[in-house]
Amino acid sequence: MNAVAVSIQNLEFKYPGQITSCLNTINLEVAAGERFGLFGPNGAGKTTLMNCMTGLLNYQQGSIRLFGNEVINNRKTVNNLFGFVPQDFSFYQELSPVENLNFFGAWSGMDKAVIKKKSEELLEVLGLADVRNKPVEKFSGGMKRRVNLAIGVMNTPRILFLDEPTVGVDVHTRQAIISYLKELNNNGTTLIYTSHQLNEAEDLCNKIAMIDDGKIIVHDSLTQLLTEYKEEGLEGLFIHLTGKMYRDS
Amino acid sequence: MYKLWATILKDLQILTRDRVGLIVMFVMPIVLAVVITATQNSTFELVNKNKVSLLLCNKDTGDASRELVTAIEKVGMFEVKKVTAGETEKQLSDRMHEKDALVAIIIPPNFSARVDAKAKATAAKALNNLGLQTDTIKINNDSVQPISLLYHPVLQSSFRQSIQGALRSTLQMVQSKQVLKSIYLSLNETELPPALESEIINNQVAINEVPISRDGSKTIPNATQHNIPAWTIFAMFFVVISLGSNVVREKLSGSFIRLKTLPTNYFLALFSKQITYLFVTLLQACVIFAIGIWLFPIIGLPKLNLPTDLAGLFIVSFICGWCAVSFAVCVGVFAKTQEQANGIGAVSIVLMAAIGGLLVPSFAMPESFQQVIKLSPLHWCLEAYYGLFLEGGKLKDILISILPLLAITILIQLIALFGLKRKNLI
Repeated sequence: MNAVAVSIQNLEFKYPGQITSCLNTINLEVAAGERFGLFGPNGAGKTTLMNCMTGLLNYQQGSIRLFGNEVINNRKTVNNLFGFVPQDFSFYQELSPVENLNFFGAWSGMDKAVIKKKSEELLEVLGLADVRNKPVEKFSGGMKRRVNLAIGVMNTPRILFLDEPTVGVDVHTRQAIISYLKELNNNGTTLIYTSHQLNEAEDLCNKIAMIDDGKIIVHDSLTQLLTEYKEEGLEGLFIHLTGKMYRDS
Repeated sequence: MYKLWATILKDLQILTRDRVGLIVMFVMPIVLAVVITATQNSTFELVNKNKVSLLLCNKDTGDASRELVTAIEKVGMFEVKKVTAGETEKQLSDRMHEKDALVAIIIPPNFSARVDAKAKATAAKALNNLGLQTDTIKINNDSVQPISLLYHPVLQSSFRQSIQGALRSTLQMVQSKQVLKSIYLSLNETELPPALESEIINNQVAINEVPISRDGSKTIPNATQHNIPAWTIFAMFFVVISLGSNVVREKLSGSFIRLKTLPTNYFLALFSKQITYLFVTLLQACVIFAIGIWLFPIIGLPKLNLPTDLAGLFIVSFICGWCAVSFAVCVGVFAKTQEQANGIGAVSIVLMAAIGGLLVPSFAMPESFQQVIKLSPLHWCLEAYYGLFLEGGKLKDILISILPLLAITILIQLIALFGLKRKNLI
């Protein structure tokens, strides 16, 4: 049986000043090595849940454990376990890919030699070797996404959180990113992924959960859910479970 | 240690690519130092070397007025343009508006007669007191009609004071001469011999100007010695524009989210920024001092003389720089946007410079301001620098300025730390 990568129990979270909870009694388990997708309409609580899992938000009740370590109490240990690819570009635009990787590598606690080796490898794999010394601010959106991903996996994380990692990129870049993510997963990295690109998600994820109004409404393997709800794809399943109304108005 | 080095390197890379920030930190203060020193130096030269144009209208025909005109010409401060006695005050002021002159003097009619009468009266009084004079001279109590001094409104108060002082001194000399002549005539019944007159009048005691200094040097401070330390401090504190907005930019950018998910405390990032920008402030000081030493003499400005206590100079610069950097970090921590950081930073520096004595000397400020001055870190920076540059002091002599500066710096650091904790940044 696989180890549990992420274990969430009775999680409650509300933003300061809010009366109602944003996340209500969330219970969720993600096994190590899974490619887990978290989906839901806008404002459902996906990003909030991911921010709680990565320690960016302090939850008020319940528990989140990454490989058995409570997120709130073991920041340093937990932060060594995962990598994060936020939806926004999370790097220094003035710096080149190499300079960004050197800096974030150092902040991940890696030593100089390892940083050098790993960054060379990542630049090569993600097709950034030719532009390694150019400032990222001059890159296209797709190239910036690859830099964003490279920094997220720099510390060879056991869990990789991805918040819409392919938003705004062309088909080629999307294919390259998804292919690289699968490769990472084959090497043992657990993927926790959110996106509105449901076709892409269908291709990548083997387990999914749907969140709506701060609650997990389903959680199972994609195949099992499609069979259960008699849908042919994730998009159909999404509409079936969350309805057709606008959710962020 | 590698983390810190990598962070400093990152900050340096970002800094060196920020051209606008570099201009604000290096070029602007250099330009300010050159321009202000040149302006103040030319002001000094205007009073001491250049001449102020003066229209002189002598409506009198007597000896005293002629002597007064000669004395005014001899002052050396004025470029005297004589106008005809018939010119009215209105005509003179019209000429002045046409920028013919900044100052005009009108010597009234009968000036000499009145001065002479007054001198004779004074002489008679003096001789009577000594019991030497009979009452043959009628004592005339009429006062001398005042000389009119017209000045252009652009002329600042300090200039007017100088001009008035020079005129008063000349007038005093003419009047004294007349009294002396009268007394001599009364006693000897002959005119005062010109040689004796010259000896008595011109035999003034010289004034020896001696600046007090702790190291015993007698160099008279010039505009450079005053301005370079002041504008160096201003430059150091102006890192708030670059560093304050750098902190805000990082807080608002995605990179901060990433930093928070890494196993390193954000405090290291701020520590690195402090080291990087402290280096920048020391570099600013070196560049501005170097300009004062080597460039100023080339462009005709007085040369900067470095203090003898170079170690003291380094320590003062270090503490000033640290205070400036602490203030910038504090602004960055509390500001919500770059615009806020830039606005609050720039305005607060100008205000602190003003109340700190960088723009107006602190001794010239009103009594009510004397306690407020002490709240400005720039005041203590300036006091410490002046202790070294102007007073020739050593480090121990300026501890009284350094200790409050250190206290303010630590307070600013604590406020920044409080902000970081409160905003959950560390």
